[in-house]
Amino acid sequence: MLAHLPILQVIVPLMAAPLCLFLTRSRLVWLFTLIASGLAFLISSLLLQQVMVSGTIIYELGGWDAPWGIEYRIDQLNAFLLLIISAVSTIVLLAAHTSIKQEIPADRHTLFYILYLLSLAGMLGIVATGDAFNVFVFLEISSLSAYALIALGKDRRALWASYQYLIMGTIGATFILIGIGMMYQMTGTLNMDDLSKRLPEVAHTRTVFTAFAFVIVGVCLKLALFPLHLWLPNAYAYAPSIVTAFFAATATKVAVYLLIRFTFSVFGLSFSFTALPLQMLFVVLGLLGIFAASIAAIYQKNVKHLFAYSSVAQIGYMIVGFSVSTTTGLMATLLHLFNHALMKSALFLALAAVVYRIGSVQLSQFHGLGRQMPFTMAAIVIGGLSLIGVPLTVGFVSKWYLALATLENGWWPVTALILLGSLLAIVYVWRIVEVAYFKPPIAGRESIKEAPLSFLIPIWTLVIANIYFGIDTRLSVQVAQAASQSLFGVSP
Amino acid sequence: MTMSDFPPGLVLILGAFLLPVVARNIRSMLILGLPLLTLGLIWSVPDGSFAILPFLDYQLVFVRSDLLSRLFATVFSIMTFAGGLYALKQKRLLELVAVYVYAGSAVGVVFAGDMISLFIFWEIMALASTVVLLSADGSFSYRVSMRYFLVHALGGVLLMVGILAHIHESGSTAFTAMQPDSFGTILILAGFLINAAAPPLSAWLSDAYPEASYTGTVFLSAFTTKAAVYALLRGFPGAEILIFIGIFMIFYGIIYALLENDMRRILAYSIVNQVGFMVTGIGIGTEMAQNGVAAHAFTHIIYKALLLMSAGSVLYMTGKRKCTDLGGLFQSMPITTACGIIGALSISSFPLTSGFISKSMISQSAADESLIIVWFMLLAASAGVFLHAGIKFPWFVFFQKDSGLRPPDPPWNMKLAMILFAGLCIGLGIWPEYLYNLLPHPVAYEPYTVPHVVNMLQLLMFSGFAFFLLLPLMRRTLTISLDFDWLYRRVLPKALHRVFSLIWTTDRNLRQGFTVRLDRGLAFLSRRHEGVSGLLSRTYPVGSMVMWVSVILAAYLFLSFITH
Repeated sequence: MLAHLPILQVIVPLMAAPLCLFLTRSRLVWLFTLIASGLAFLISSLLLQQVMVSGTIIYELGGWDAPWGIEYRIDQLNAFLLLIISAVSTIVLLAAHTSIKQEIPADRHTLFYILYLLSLAGMLGIVATGDAFNVFVFLEISSLSAYALIALGKDRRALWASYQYLIMGTIGATFILIGIGMMYQMTGTLNMDDLSKRLPEVAHTRTVFTAFAFVIVGVCLKLALFPLHLWLPNAYAYAPSIVTAFFAATATKVAVYLLIRFTFSVFGLSFSFTALPLQMLFVVLGLLGIFAASIAAIYQKNVKHLFAYSSVAQIGYMIVGFSVSTTTGLMATLLHLFNHALMKSALFLALAAVVYRIGSVQLSQFHGLGRQMPFTMAAIVIGGLSLIGVPLTVGFVSKWYLALATLENGWWPVTALILLGSLLAIVYVWRIVEVAYFKPPIAGRESIKEAPLSFLIPIWTLVIANIYFGIDTRLSVQVAQAASQSLFGVSP
Repeated sequence: MTMSDFPPGLVLILGAFLLPVVARNIRSMLILGLPLLTLGLIWSVPDGSFAILPFLDYQLVFVRSDLLSRLFATVFSIMTFAGGLYALKQKRLLELVAVYVYAGSAVGVVFAGDMISLFIFWEIMALASTVVLLSADGSFSYRVSMRYFLVHALGGVLLMVGILAHIHESGSTAFTAMQPDSFGTILILAGFLINAAAPPLSAWLSDAYPEASYTGTVFLSAFTTKAAVYALLRGFPGAEILIFIGIFMIFYGIIYALLENDMRRILAYSIVNQVGFMVTGIGIGTEMAQNGVAAHAFTHIIYKALLLMSAGSVLYMTGKRKCTDLGGLFQSMPITTACGIIGALSISSFPLTSGFISKSMISQSAADESLIIVWFMLLAASAGVFLHAGIKFPWFVFFQKDSGLRPPDPPWNMKLAMILFAGLCIGLGIWPEYLYNLLPHPVAYEPYTVPHVVNMLQLLMFSGFAFFLLLPLMRRTLTISLDFDWLYRRVLPKALHRVFSLIWTTDRNLRQGFTVRLDRGLAFLSRRHEGVSGLLSRTYPVGSMVMWVSVILAAYLFLSFITH
């Protein structure tokens, strides 16, 4: 059983999805989905433990040898990502039943859970697999279900946001497929490990350069790197609140994973950073993203939009860490991946609770919520502090390593810019705090109560994780360090 | 886990959050009890490092106890006790909570044994003090607190980059004496100096403090700048540049305080001036100077709080804050007047008050090091202090013309707090050895020598004389009669007036220019970005998104082809 964990990781949610059709009552489906996701979480914890103890796990599907059959290859990096995705998915699901009661018509609840599981399976699959074409297949599974999930949003603009995401996502996936096709043409293999061995022989050809450019642009589109982020804010803002909480914490992270996997493992470090002036490009685009998206966030009137732009900015931080291309830099990116998932799932889940109570996330509707929903708003404040990077929260830990990484390279202007960028986060978080705590409640809405426990428990689990991992950094730092060291060790 | 492993600052920080949830009489007990508990804890910790926590790859030392940290923590907790007593009837709970968190973080700063925990408390201090400002209900308090926070957030960023660079350069997080000779240490120094209200950002202090509530200002005056003095004293003793910065601050404070009309702003400028003395002392950096700085910080917190308490009492009872609206209050507020005068005498280092026994140590250390010019300037500044804080404040508020106001003395708790601090001012002045025993280095200094006392009295008498001579200059309503010596009453004041008003207008123009530009820039930004139609937040059609994709792809391809 333990030997089959890598495939079970993906298969459990994938198989659970159609089974949902047999359950009729919304509550049952929810419980079933929760159990499936919980199992995935359990499996990912076991996998991470195994990997940390005994190194990379190689699992051959159906017993076929690697270059011909599909191989699942779990190293520290994937195991870390699997854990993030399945953990966030499970915690977010805890609140799903209460939240979608108000946001999605009852006859579509089963559909929602099926799509949710498919999307989860897709993301886990992208991360777990060691086969380039398999990546594309799972990418499509997760993306197609994501388009449908976003379209379930109550706001009619959800349809249009989903359509835009569909077009952009498809272009991104196609680019990745074109890139993979070119690599296959040059090397005759789709296995990532195999690719990394054969690509250097043909590394000087234009086809490989073109393949690399296509893959990078496709991935950047998926991870919403500025200025390719335009699909993201609307998709996050108009999707059902639970979907936003889930995607904001996981979807872009998977794309960041792909970026790291393709550049470090498949193409190899020396090729990736010489084929393109990638360092310079990414540091510029990352910093531009931080400032442009943070400034945009400051002026938003819809709080979901606000945090969506903040996500684009946070991706900027990850990309800057990536562009440093040292072990510390990569480690900062991985840490921020983990930490940002904690912050954003907490924040968007708290917003889901606000939607549940007042039916809107317009900033103008937040008046006086600080007193009416003290626990929910306190969660937003702590999440916001974490976003800013205040000490004792996870945000501080990632900013710390990011700053350290840029300093190690002697890029101190970048360090200063990164930290100045976090001042912008103070401004947009403050706008919410100001309205919620320093303005009287809106007339006629004095009876608003605190969100139910089904929200508060997952929200505060995440909030406490935000603080816990900000103080006791052993788990996150160790895994991130091990993952980044192994990536640098494997591909010199 | 022993008692010593509990950071004393946490008592106040955690206790603060109890204040709003308990009944009123328990709250009063907590307000008075928490600082005493902190004080007890401070003195029960033996020398050494405690409360060590692993964090990232480093060790956080939350409690590093030695003479210096204990001295500052002691005065911080005494200050919190007296301030709490003074604010016992303050109805704004938010302010009380913020004030106690603020005080606790200041205690945390002085006990922090490494840079990271120092930074943690430093940031809590900035946040909490902003909330203190924010909870005042003046019409300016909102904008003022935003400006205040902006400056401190900037200081925080400088400090963090500096700490990171320093850890990277030296490989150690320990907070020990440094020299500003590398990128990291220079930024750390800059971060500290911003909190000490050093130029060029001195203005945050006089801008913000007078806008806090009558109790808030008392606390604000004590912690931020003095925690910065502590950090400078610990981190940069003997850094020569501090002498120049300190001298600049001394005179900046005097000139602006002399020109100011708002009674609490006069005292705010005088904080800059007094911190200037300490910064100069840190720059001198000898053991004597360090002792002087530590002692002066101790006495300064007490007399400056006393002065602001008496100003706060006046504000509380009359609702007026401008010198021109006040006057003649000694008739109905005898206790406030007496305490205000004791505070004023202390700040002017009148013999038998606390200022006399501490400030003279700094000037003496300048003399010992043969820094003649510095010594002379400190002496001149002492006269200036007497002018603006020693006479100007009590004279205009309590005496001067009769404003017709007849408010009684404030409630008992405020009176008691003032009497307590007035007693401390005089007690320390008479028995300096109690303070000297607490100083970081052994003290071999005797303040009460005949020449010293006589010199000081002479200086004070002459500057007092000068004050009444220059009174017309300070109160522009009074006319000048021409039959007096024309040279001294006409030409000199006029020239001085010219110089002052020149400084004043240049500064105002500079600042106005800056704020106008800032406002214009922000207005431009918000025009471009407001709402869903803003430049960066507009919803672009799919076509333009795809165009971006192709632009980026083309750029990547182009770049990868030209580089090979």
